Amino acid sequence: MPVQFKRPEALLDVYMHYCPGCSHGIIHRLVAQAIDELGIEGDTIGVASVGCSVFAYNYFACDMQQAPHGRAPSVATGIKRCLPDKIVFTYQGDGDLAAIGTAEIVHAAARGENITVIFVNNAIYGMTGGQMAPTSLTGQVTQTTPYGRKPEDGRPIKVAEMLATLDGPRYIERVSVHDHKHVAAAGRAIRKAFEIQLRGEGFSLVEVLSSCPTNLRMTPKDALKWVEQSMLSYYPLGVIKDGGACYAG
Amino acid sequence: MEKKLLRGNEAIAEAAIRAGCRFYAGYPITPQTELSEYLARHMQKAGGVFIQAESEISAINMVYGAAGTGVRAMTSSSSPGISLKQEAISYMAASELPALIVNVMRVGPGLGGILPSQSDYFQATKGGGHGDYRMVVLTPDSVQEMFDFTIEAFDIADKYRMPVMLLADGILGQMTEIVALRDIKPNSFEKSWATTGTGMKRRHNIINSLYIQPEESQELNLRLQMRYNIIKEKEQRYEIINPEADIMLVAFGIVARVAKQAVAELSKEGVSAGLIRPKAVWPFPETCFTRAAKAYIVAELNAGQMIEDVRLAVNGRAPVHAINRLGGNLLTVEDIKQRVIEIVGGVPSACAI
Amino acid sequence: MPANHIIISGFGGQGIVAAGKTLIYAAMLDGMKVSLLPSYGPEMRGGFANCHVIISEEPIASPIISKPDLVIAMSLPALEKFEHRIKSGGSLIIDSYLIKRSNFRDDIDVVMVPATRMAIDAGNVKFANVIMLGVMMELLGCPGLKSMGKAIMNMLPDDKKLLYDKEMEALRLGQEYAAAHQVCIK
Repeated sequence: MPVQFKRPEALLDVYMHYCPGCSHGIIHRLVAQAIDELGIEGDTIGVASVGCSVFAYNYFACDMQQAPHGRAPSVATGIKRCLPDKIVFTYQGDGDLAAIGTAEIVHAAARGENITVIFVNNAIYGMTGGQMAPTSLTGQVTQTTPYGRKPEDGRPIKVAEMLATLDGPRYIERVSVHDHKHVAAAGRAIRKAFEIQLRGEGFSLVEVLSSCPTNLRMTPKDALKWVEQSMLSYYPLGVIKDGGACYAG
Repeated sequence: MEKKLLRGNEAIAEAAIRAGCRFYAGYPITPQTELSEYLARHMQKAGGVFIQAESEISAINMVYGAAGTGVRAMTSSSSPGISLKQEAISYMAASELPALIVNVMRVGPGLGGILPSQSDYFQATKGGGHGDYRMVVLTPDSVQEMFDFTIEAFDIADKYRMPVMLLADGILGQMTEIVALRDIKPNSFEKSWATTGTGMKRRHNIINSLYIQPEESQELNLRLQMRYNIIKEKEQRYEIINPEADIMLVAFGIVARVAKQAVAELSKEGVSAGLIRPKAVWPFPETCFTRAAKAYIVAELNAGQMIEDVRLAVNGRAPVHAINRLGGNLLTVEDIKQRVIEIVGGVPSACAI
Repeated sequence: MPANHIIISGFGGQGIVAAGKTLIYAAMLDGMKVSLLPSYGPEMRGGFANCHVIISEEPIASPIISKPDLVIAMSLPALEKFEHRIKSGGSLIIDSYLIKRSNFRDDIDVVMVPATRMAIDAGNVKFANVIMLGVMMELLGCPGLKSMGKAIMNMLPDDKKLLYDKEMEALRLGQEYAAAHQVCIK
């Protein structure tokens, strides 16, 4: 029987530490698939961040550097400026990118660094066990908001829209991986982000809404449903910025 | 050899370019800003990258990324800025990445002041960031040495795969002196560990400092410590004046220049005084203390930091005295001479005075 | 060299540090050891500028001057800051066009030079610092004129090299003023 579906070459055949139902595996595959399709594995350097995805350096077949918490965009800047002909991406969670690393992502975007940022938003801190994230929804119960996130705990940050107010970024899109249809669309967005970098057009970021069943205390299926029912209304999907056209809604 | 008048900060920048440094990221802070400004003017012409980062933290992380590609990279700052960089310095030490970090010290603690100081000695030599790590810390005492040591620093960093610090102060950074500019052919080092893309020809390189398994973490730590021991053996750098003198002054950086003058004047006046000047404060030049003098006087622009290393090296074989200045003031020749004479007076028949 | 610890002071825009740099460049060409330490940071923000210049045949210990042999003051605040620090028997050169004062310490030589007025008359107020250098050369007997000329040329940016002749003229004005007034520094 002909092969219908297989592990991308850019993803190593190793055991992954992610929990059952975690979306990281899917998002890793989409990134690896884009790398395969564009034939850039040998020219790509990935930057892993701090959080659940820290071990991404063990999973991608390309060269990898692990960055201090929140600093992946700066580390990627250092790499890309030294190797402008190579492809550089960061893979960051919401705590890493939107809390401790807010300054770094804003300024990398403002500089229009020719890098690709894969921003995984699951509305919670995964690695440390389910604390409030900058993207946790108002009212969301977490380990550090046991009575629900209150406005004074901070309103959830819409990273894609916030960065789209800058003139620096070239392409920003928000996607989700809660079902097959959306996974396919997410794959297309990630590939587009890499293509933009390949063409030297500048900063691209794909925000991927994802699920963390372990810390949401849900089954994998319910967690995906939660993403669809609770997150999508606050974090609308779609192209937020493409070229000079800035998202206005 | 070309001779030029250069400000200390500019001498470092010029030397960095000549040493093949092709990546600089920094953030403005007095009294080191001229270093950034010089590289902003000249780095691009040399085919390198200059970035003014949004923060000290971002700047050092850019250097961490650049160093990962095998390019000679550096950052510079002054005391409060160096505090902010410590996390990434620890990462670089653990990831075994070479880079140069320049600290043109100013007065602390806190925002402190912009005047010269040596109060980051502990931070520089005892590992300002977290974890068991060391940096080679070079301490120039002239604009010429700012130039020379910068070139050496890149070689040391590459040779041992570790961050190296050039520890200067506000006066050395700001003062202008004559510098003999050497044209050098930068030494090249094999960097098969760099993340430059696999080219589909090798297994992927990983630059990382996370080791979840205790065995792996221990292995890294032991490897680092073994390297530090080699460095302690091979890289002690110092200058000694009057090595057989009764009273030995110990001073580095700008204070050493003042101490040199004091020693010269004291010798003329018949006082048996000498000087030990560490050119690197880590590894500390313990070998200079094999012979115990009658007494040591450690002169520093801090509340007494290097004196702890001197005491360890002397190990109780002789009294170790201090003379310190705080708050951005410089010790004068008279200050030091007076202290020496005080000590001599307290050591009966130790000196011909 | 009779006076080798020199503080040049005034306010920002008078070319205080430029004068210091020119001086040490010329002294370097004459084979001397030199150091220059400018004021830096907030001290400069209030408009105050100074630089410590040491010219010596011996290696220079500290570039900071606590007791100068010679102070050039081109503003009143600068004069007030440094007059009391001059070594007994040392010298003070002031811009008498900008500083209206007649009482000074009696244990120092005071040379009054209307440098800014002379510069205006010569067509460019910015030459006041060069006139001061001319006075100083005449008083100290060094650095040599040839070295000063090279230093002035070196300090001029590429697009301003045409100013060289005018600056040399200003230097000569300073020298002539000092010679005519028969001031000398012990």
